[in-house]
Amino acid sequence: MAAVEFKGKTFEVDEDGFIASFDTWCPEWVDYVKASEGIAELTDEHWKVINVLQDYYKKHGIAPMVRILTKVTGYKLKYIYELFPSGPGKGACKMAGLPKPTGCV
Amino acid sequence: MALKHQTPMLDELEKGPWPSFVSDIKKVAARKPMAEDLLGVLELSYKEKEGHWKHGGIVGVFGYGGGVIGRYCDRPDLFPNVAHFHTMRVNQPASKFYTTDVLRKICDIWEAKGSGLTNMHGSTGDIILLGTTTDQLEPIFYELTHELGMDLGGSGSNLRTPEGCVGKARCEWSCIDTQDIIYDLTMTFQDELHRPAFPYKFKFKCSGCPNDCVAAIARSDCSIIGTWRDDIRIDQEAVRAYIGGDFLPHAGGHESTKRALDIQAEVIDLCPTHCMEWDGKNLKIDNKNCVRCMHCITIMPRALRPGVDTGATILCGAKAPILEGAQLSSVIIPFIKMEAPYDEFKDFVDKLWNYWMEHGKNRERLGELIQRQGLGAFLKACEITPDPRMINTPRFNPYIFYDPADVPGGWEHDPKAFRERHQA
Ligand code: SF4
Ligand code: SF4
Repeated sequence: MAAVEFKGKTFEVDEDGFIASFDTWCPEWVDYVKASEGIAELTDEHWKVINVLQDYYKKHGIAPMVRILTKVTGYKLKYIYELFPSGPGKGACKMAGLPKPTGCV
Repeated sequence: MALKHQTPMLDELEKGPWPSFVSDIKKVAARKPMAEDLLGVLELSYKEKEGHWKHGGIVGVFGYGGGVIGRYCDRPDLFPNVAHFHTMRVNQPASKFYTTDVLRKICDIWEAKGSGLTNMHGSTGDIILLGTTTDQLEPIFYELTHELGMDLGGSGSNLRTPEGCVGKARCEWSCIDTQDIIYDLTMTFQDELHRPAFPYKFKFKCSGCPNDCVAAIARSDCSIIGTWRDDIRIDQEAVRAYIGGDFLPHAGGHESTKRALDIQAEVIDLCPTHCMEWDGKNLKIDNKNCVRCMHCITIMPRALRPGVDTGATILCGAKAPILEGAQLSSVIIPFIKMEAPYDEFKDFVDKLWNYWMEHGKNRERLGELIQRQGLGAFLKACEITPDPRMINTPRFNPYIFYDPADVPGGWEHDPKAFRERHQA
């Protein structure tokens, strides 16, 4: 695990760039990750996806399946890839501070 | 040149007359530190009887959710050059027709930006490029797509790279154009291939005839196998020539000296449905009872050929053993024409995927779902009428369930009242 510092916050990250614990997530993390995820500015649509992921995770303790994510947000999978170029698992879950997906998303 | 790590156990694998992957890697290790450390980490794993690759790295290229498999070594202190060792899958061309120019260029890219080690091909059919670092993924992807016109294949819970036999390009038995089918499916289902949305992996494989050279029936969730519905074409003159010893049986596949074919023992007695007859002059086939196994045609290719009203049988549900044991595909559509643009087939695939995505559990293959819910539920979801040809031995299998709604007159069954009359 390596530690990164950004805007006064410290994050522990693994080799794929996921934060070690959901509890250390804060909006600054999103700000820090967006450039490496190919996102210039976050829109309400980005936040909608992030919020849905976090709500689901808080309730169920795992990331939702892709099918559930597209259903709840109403976004087609292809559109989610437009929002998050590395996809719902590697991109959106990472930004939302969820643990690394193991085949769900 | 002496290599950095001592590898006494791996060296054992170089002994004997057969080719050795250790020798192959050593060749590359002489110029690539990555391959050198790969040997080191493998030797350590053999010594400790423990793997040193972490499970479940997640890396990729922008826009795609598959095609790259993340691998990290858990002893980067000892083997820094394989700290990252990601695999890239490259979609092979239909039936694996390459120009040498493309193969050279792929190797050049991998020599410069990866370990130099390749695997031609993985069991799904892709070219497997073994070992690179995260920062090289996008540059490699750019060169593959922009300079070679190639693309990444599938990985994870998505459509895996479709694969087909050599088909009409070189094989006279192909009843369908496997190359066109594979290319068409690959292009039609780009979204499913690159953006994982399924419960688990899904494979299409397509063989031109029931000889099934890509083992579609054993390895694909949806197998497309060429067949015909008219009669086997017979050249009686040629049949007599095989018996007279003028032609080599099996087209010389097993022997090189001419000999007389024992048609009774080698062909007729081995026909699985016993539907052939030789009266000393002519060969007769009761085509209604022929199950298109290809045996007779394969032995006497100059005398027998598949019919001319050709198409495919669609089978579903094969998989290697993972949670449940290995499973072969079952017949779902006994005959379909399979002509471009394959709309009828694609309509079926839509229904199949909808059913699987609706009912499949996470990491449940289609075949396991069908096993769990029953073939009846699957057929209903795909709007397909049950047919005796879906049953292995319809004449011997008494376990056929009828839906009362489908039987004229129907009937009513009250399970509770039944249990009162019969003990469980
Ligand atoms: S499966 Fe049939 S058509 Fe395809 S290569 Fe093999 S023998 Fe030929
Ligand atoms: S194809 Fe197979 S089943 Fe049909 S006649 Fe030949 S051996 Fe018999």
